[in-house]
Amino acid sequence: MSATAPTAFEARPSGRASAFWQRLRSGDDIAYVITLTCALTILALAALLVFELYTNSTLPREKFGWSFLTGTTWDPVVGQFGALPFIYGTVVTSALALLIGIPLGVGAAIFLAELAPTKVSNGLTFLIELLAAVPSVIFGLLGIFVLVPALVALEPAIRAVLGWTPLFSGPFYGVSMFSAGVVLTVMIIPFIISISREVILAVPTEQREGALALGATKWETTWNVVLPFAKKGIMGSIFLALARSLGETMAVTMVIGNEPKIHESLFAPGYSIAAVIANNFAEASDALEKGALIELGLVLFGLTILINGLARVLVLSTTKKGAR
Amino acid sequence: MSPMQAPSPQPTSDIKMREQIFPMQMAEEKKPAAGEQSKISATNLNFHYGSFKALHEISMQVYEKRVTAFIGPSGCGKSTFLRTLNRMYETIRTARVEGEILLDGEDIFKLEVSALRRRVGMVFQRPNPFPKSIFDNIAYGPRINGSVGGSGIKDHVEQSLRRAALWDEVKDKLHESAYGLSGGQQQRLCIARALAVNPEVLLLDEPCSALDPIATAKIEDLIFQLKDSCTIVIVTHNMQQAARVADYTGFFLMGRLIEFDNTTVIFKNPAKKETEDYITGRFG
Amino acid sequence: MLSLRRKTVNAVMLSLTGVCTFLAVGTLLFVLGYLFFHGGTSLTLDFFTKLPTPVGEPGGGMANALLGSAKLLLLASCIGIPIGFLGGVYLAEFGGSSFSFVVRYTTDLLNGVPSIVIGIFAYTLIVLPQGHFSTLSGGLALGVMMIPIAIRSSEDFLKAVPVSMREGAMALGASKAKTIFTVVIPAAKAGLITGIMLNIARVAGETAPLIFTAFGNRYWSPGWEQPTAALPVMIYTYAISPYADWKQQAWSAGFVLLMLVLVINVSARMILSKRGHVAR
Repeated sequence: MSATAPTAFEARPSGRASAFWQRLRSGDDIAYVITLTCALTILALAALLVFELYTNSTLPREKFGWSFLTGTTWDPVVGQFGALPFIYGTVVTSALALLIGIPLGVGAAIFLAELAPTKVSNGLTFLIELLAAVPSVIFGLLGIFVLVPALVALEPAIRAVLGWTPLFSGPFYGVSMFSAGVVLTVMIIPFIISISREVILAVPTEQREGALALGATKWETTWNVVLPFAKKGIMGSIFLALARSLGETMAVTMVIGNEPKIHESLFAPGYSIAAVIANNFAEASDALEKGALIELGLVLFGLTILINGLARVLVLSTTKKGAR
Repeated sequence: MSPMQAPSPQPTSDIKMREQIFPMQMAEEKKPAAGEQSKISATNLNFHYGSFKALHEISMQVYEKRVTAFIGPSGCGKSTFLRTLNRMYETIRTARVEGEILLDGEDIFKLEVSALRRRVGMVFQRPNPFPKSIFDNIAYGPRINGSVGGSGIKDHVEQSLRRAALWDEVKDKLHESAYGLSGGQQQRLCIARALAVNPEVLLLDEPCSALDPIATAKIEDLIFQLKDSCTIVIVTHNMQQAARVADYTGFFLMGRLIEFDNTTVIFKNPAKKETEDYITGRFG
Repeated sequence: MLSLRRKTVNAVMLSLTGVCTFLAVGTLLFVLGYLFFHGGTSLTLDFFTKLPTPVGEPGGGMANALLGSAKLLLLASCIGIPIGFLGGVYLAEFGGSSFSFVVRYTTDLLNGVPSIVIGIFAYTLIVLPQGHFSTLSGGLALGVMMIPIAIRSSEDFLKAVPVSMREGAMALGASKAKTIFTVVIPAAKAGLITGIMLNIARVAGETAPLIFTAFGNRYWSPGWEQPTAALPVMIYTYAISPYADWKQQAWSAGFVLLMLVLVINVSARMILSKRGHVAR
C-alpha cells in the first residue's frame, strides 16, 4: 500500500545573502562563538591568576628576591619574611604522607585489582573513593580530637621503635609534623588506590599468564611483572597525590602546631605554606605581610603546577583518568 | 566518458552460472536514459581523506523515482560516494571534495547544507534511533524544521510510520522508548524518521547489514513501495539484494565507478571484466 | 616444587595487601561512625534554626552558616556551571586539535591549583578593590573552582554520546547547534546532572578559600556584599576554639556537612550506574 505522494518542501534559493542568513539562523555560528568564549574564559582565568599572584607580590619580591625562599625568619612585626620553614614543613609532611601512603595505597590497589572478586573490588573501591569526597576540615576535626590523642597515647611505642633517629626525638605534644603527615596520608590514599588499581587492571592478562606459566607465585607475578608494567601509571598517581598533599590546608593547619620554625624531629610542631596563609591572611594588616603571603601562594602555585604537570604526563600515558 | 553502454547482444558462457546465482526475478530490463529524469548527477567527482584519494572521477546519474544500487568489495568507495550526495562527509575535518553534484540541476555545494539534507535523507548501517519515544523520534525532523504545525504532527507521524510499514506494530506504544523495538523495527523506525521530512531522495547505507533475513525482506518490500514517491539510492554488499531491488546498479572498485547500467545488464551481461569477476565471485 | 620460602612470602605479602585494603576501607567506616556518634547523635533542631550565641555562651546553632553556604553555592553554581558546561560543549563538539589541547591542559592545571590559592585570587580580584569581605568574593572563589571540574565532566559525558546519533540528526537536516542541543545534550543528561551534583558536593566542603573572602559572620548577612558564615568555616572556627560547647557543635556541623557530601556522591553514583556507566 503506497502512501500518497508527499508534498516537497521548497528548496531555498541559493543566493549568497540568503545563505548567510540561513547559517545565522541555524545557530551554528552563535553556538560556536558562545562555547568558544567559555573555553577561552579558562585560559583567561589562568592567565589572570598568575598575573594577580605576581603583581600583588611585587613588594616582597623586590625586597627579598630569591632569599625569600631561603630565609628562615617570618616576623611581621619586624618586616622580615623568609619562606623556608613553610617550604620545609610542606615538603616534610607531604614526604611522610607519601612514605606511609605509597605502600599502603599500592598494597590495597594490588589487593583490589588482583585478588578481590570484581563485585567486591568495585564495592570497596567505591567506598574508598568516597574518602576522597570527605572535606578537608572534617579530617581536621578528626585529626585534632581523635588522631592527635591517639598518637600521644602511642608515643611510647613509636619512640621505642624509632626513637633512636633524630626524626623522632624531642618532646611530643600531639600537634606536630608527624600528625600532619599521618592526616595527609589518609587524605591522599584514595587517589593512589583508585588510580593504581585502574592502571594495574589495565595490565594485559597475557603478561600475568606468561609469568604464572613459568611457575611464579601470584605475589612474584605481581611484584616482578605486573607492577613494573604499571609503573608509569602508579608513579603518576603518586605525583597526583603529592600535588594534592602540597595544597592541603585545613586538615594540616589543625594538627601541625603552627610554629614557623624548622625542627629536625617530626614530633615537633611545624608549619606549611597553605597553613600559614590560612591563618594569617585575614588579619594581615600591612602591605608587605600581605604581599609576602601572596608570594607564598605563588610559590605553592608553582610547586603544584610542576608536580601536576609531571603527573599528567605519566598518568595520561596509561589510563584515561585525570586529576580530580 | 560515461560508463553507461548499450547492452552487449552476445551472451557469455557465464550466463548459466549467473542465473544459478541469481535465480530470483530481476527488475524488468529498461533502456537507460531515454524517458528517465535525472534526479542527481555527479560529474568528475574526486574525494580525498587528507592525502588519501578515495574517489576518482566519478560521473553518473541517479534517476528519479528509481532504485539505484551501489555494489563493490569492502573499501571500494561506495559508501564514501553515497555520503557525498548529502554532504555527510563534512563532519570529517580532513575530507575534501572536487567536482560537481547537481540535485535537480542545482549545485548541492551551493545549497545550505541543512536544506540539502532535508531533501536528501539518509538511513545508516546500524539503526540509530534517538533516546526518545517512538513518536518523538519521528516527529524530530518536522519539529526542528518547524514545518508541520502542532496538531498536524500526530497525523504526520502516523503517515510516516505507515509509509515505513511500521504503524501497525507500534501504534499502541508510540510514547514508549524507541530502544524497546527489535533491530529490524528500529531500522524501519529510522526509515520512517527519514521519511518524516518528506525527502525527495532517500540514501540507504547498507541498511540491512545488521539485520536478520526476515527483517531484511521486510525492508526490501518497503523499498519497492517507496520508490513511487521517493528516489532511492542503496549501498549494499549483498549482490542478490541489489539484483532484487534495484533498477540501476553501479559497480565500484578502488574508488572508481567501473560500470553503471540497468541491473539486468550488470548482472547478466556486464561490459567490463572487473564487473564480471566481482559478480561471479572471483573476488570481493 | 615451590620452596617454602616462596610460598610463605606469597602468603604473607598477599595478606598484607588485604590488610592495607582493610585499613583504607576501615578508615572511611571509622570516619562515618565517629562523626555519627559524636555529631549526629547530638544534633538538635536548634542547630538548624538558631544563630550562634555570643562568644563563650553555650547553645545557639548555625542557621546563618547553613544559609550562607547555600548562598555561596548558588552564586558559585551560577558562575561555574554555565561557563564550565559550555566550555565542555566546545571541547566535545567544536574543538580543533591544538587549541583544545591547550584548553584541556589549562583546565587540568587549574583543577590542580590548591583551593587556598584560588582564595587569594578572589581576594585580589574583589576583596582588595572593595575593601571588605563579601559573599560575592566567596562565591567567585568557589565558582572559579567549579569551572574546570564542570568542563571536564561535561566534555566526557558529551563525548560518550555515539557519533551515530549525531549523524542521524544531521542527516535529517538538523544544524550542528540543533543537533547538540536537541539530541546530544538530552542523551547525556544523566551524566551531566550527576556531574553538576558532584561538583557542588566538592566545593560545598571547601574551607580555605572562604577564610579571607567570605570571612565569616555571627549574624545573618543579607545581600551579597557582606561577609557571611559558611558551614565548613564554622566547623573550623569552633573546632579550634577553647569552648567545649562549640567543639560539640563543630561535630554536629561536621556530621551535617559529611552527610550532605556523601548523600550527593552516593546518589550520583546510583544515577549513573542505572544508566550503565560509571563516573570518573
